[in-house]
Amino acid sequence: MMAAGAPRAAVVALRRRRRGRVATLAGVGAMLALACVLSVSLGTRSVGWADIGAGLLGRTDTMAQAVVAVRVPRTLLACLAGAALGLAGAVMQGITRNPLADPGILGVNAGAAMAVVIGIAWFGMATLSAFIWTAILGAGAAACFVYVIGSLGPGGATPLKMALAGAATTIATSSFTVAILLPRNDIAGGVRSWQVGGVGGAAFDAMLPCLPVLAAGLVLCLMSARGLNLLAMGDDAAAGLGAGIARTRALAALGAVLLCGATTAICGPIGFVGLVVPHLCRLLVGVDHRWLLPFSALTGAILLILSDVAGRIVARPSEMDVGIVTAFLGAPVFIWIVRRRRVRDL
Amino acid sequence: MTRLAAEGLSAGYGQTPILRDLTLKVPTGAITAIVGANACGKSTLLRCMSRLLRPSAGRVVLDGRPVQGIPTRALARELGMLPQSPIAPDGITVADLVSHGRHPHQGPLSRWTAADDAAVATALEATRIVDLADRDVDQLSGGQRQRVWIAMALAQETDVLLLDEPTTFLDIAHQVEILDLLVDLNQSRGTTIVMVLHDLNLAARYADHLIAVRAGRVHAAGHPDTVLTEDTVRQVFGVACRILPDPTSGRPMMLPLGRHRTTADPSHRKDAP
Ligand SMILES: Nc1ncnc2c1ncn2[C@@H]1O[C@H](COP(=O)(O)OP(=O)(O)OP(=O)(O)O)[C@@H](O)[C@H]1O
Ligand SMILES: [Mg+2]
Repeated sequence: MMAAGAPRAAVVALRRRRRGRVATLAGVGAMLALACVLSVSLGTRSVGWADIGAGLLGRTDTMAQAVVAVRVPRTLLACLAGAALGLAGAVMQGITRNPLADPGILGVNAGAAMAVVIGIAWFGMATLSAFIWTAILGAGAAACFVYVIGSLGPGGATPLKMALAGAATTIATSSFTVAILLPRNDIAGGVRSWQVGGVGGAAFDAMLPCLPVLAAGLVLCLMSARGLNLLAMGDDAAAGLGAGIARTRALAALGAVLLCGATTAICGPIGFVGLVVPHLCRLLVGVDHRWLLPFSALTGAILLILSDVAGRIVARPSEMDVGIVTAFLGAPVFIWIVRRRRVRDL
Repeated sequence: MTRLAAEGLSAGYGQTPILRDLTLKVPTGAITAIVGANACGKSTLLRCMSRLLRPSAGRVVLDGRPVQGIPTRALARELGMLPQSPIAPDGITVADLVSHGRHPHQGPLSRWTAADDAAVATALEATRIVDLADRDVDQLSGGQRQRVWIAMALAQETDVLLLDEPTTFLDIAHQVEILDLLVDLNQSRGTTIVMVLHDLNLAARYADHLIAVRAGRVHAAGHPDTVLTEDTVRQVFGVACRILPDPTSGRPMMLPLGRHRTTADPSHRKDAP
């Protein structure tokens, strides 16, 4: 063994790895700032730098400044929703040890959406905080349901079974939602545009009640990072290293459900962000959840902001909802993940 | 002197009992090898001892306390366990996996320290995988991967280490190297080691204490000289054998006898083609 003074080769290797990740973190942070600038300046109507500055200060004298004043909350909402979905996706993939886990694929967003529609149609729900809590309840119920169904039978909760259970649940809840809406022309229009998933109608006061819920979800998820690292090695090895398996899973799942529920309540169900982002981040920073989770949040925010910008540009002079853009991006990635892995694993 | 013991242990999965009223004592500061036929319950026993499986009757005692009552993290600082087929997370590097061994030593908010770095580095060096530190675990050979898992267990720095078939997948050189490494650990830190081995000769040579398990019960336990006998091997494995003294260690050495090739081979002559 070497003297204490000389840094050992193994220690040097450990430290080098950490420095690389810090550099990547700075790069992703810069990209997020750039995405925000693009989101405020690009769209169906282009605006100049002077207008952006004025609009950010709250002035709405010219048309362009008014446009900026609308785009700022929109950008913020895309940022929050993207971060929440990216983080929730990474956490769900960790809890279920399933590369296909995603709030959309596992039916969590659809469950939240159904709960909200039931609340509106049957109970005349109208306040935003009621939407949020109903959505969280629906998301939690769907998550439990899919997990139980996916774990039935031999082999436990395999990725493929979970994805199938989630897909079935999504279809079932969506048809049920349609059935509820069919005789209700009074609410159908509003609900349908919400159901596509979008950040277009963002307003600061509508986001406010979500913030504490999102914050709670964020804290729960980030706190479970180490536990998720251990869960990835199988329950036996994780327990052998002192992880509380059931507690880690429950807390992390609660965090993910809070994030998905709150996001779905304001934006509607947005799919594929939670699927794509963690895979991208694993390529960037590896599988350590202490890095993966914050990166997934940042990257999710970037992806959703850029998707929203793209939706505004491609369909000029009209706009395409961000939920449609993410579906276009996500579907090929889903296929890539399934193809990349050996069938045995799925 | 015993810190770890099983008392009247019964356990199983669902309705089928696998362990039946099993009692054993693990000698502290010694190397214990557990041998037995496939599916006799060796892994189940180790899982009970490390509290991964709750026994249906009886208990496992560590330092006089039932392990069921010890908090998970505290237990993980005392007792390490390497399962038979652990899963390496997709895309994890060797250094990251071995670093997980430090988990029980870290509080929920405490930072990674120089002591953690040192423990990981020592484990990487002891298992000779420093050069692999940046590689992906799923790109390693079976034997390299096995050494990574052992390094993780070493980084945990526990006084008691349970290993389920640590030498599977290893070539003979690496088998001997791992066993030598465990003896080093036992001698330098006084680590109590319990391992499941399938190679009876290596078990007899490296273990201070040998436990033969048959159908969920301890069939024989004690010094390898007294446990590894022709009778035990026949009763535990259903195989006839000859026991000879190992010319290097003096420990018993087992030669299995099958149905064929049990007499001097006539073709084994110098003038044979
Ligand atoms: N998770 C499980 N669920 C149900 N039965 C199990 C489970 N694990 C093991 N068994 C059964 O328990 C019995 C004992 O298994 P165990 O793994 O303890 O055997 P072992 O002695 O370690 O065998 P090997 O030498 O092959 O590793 C076997 O019959 C096995 O089928
Ligand atoms: Mg076994």
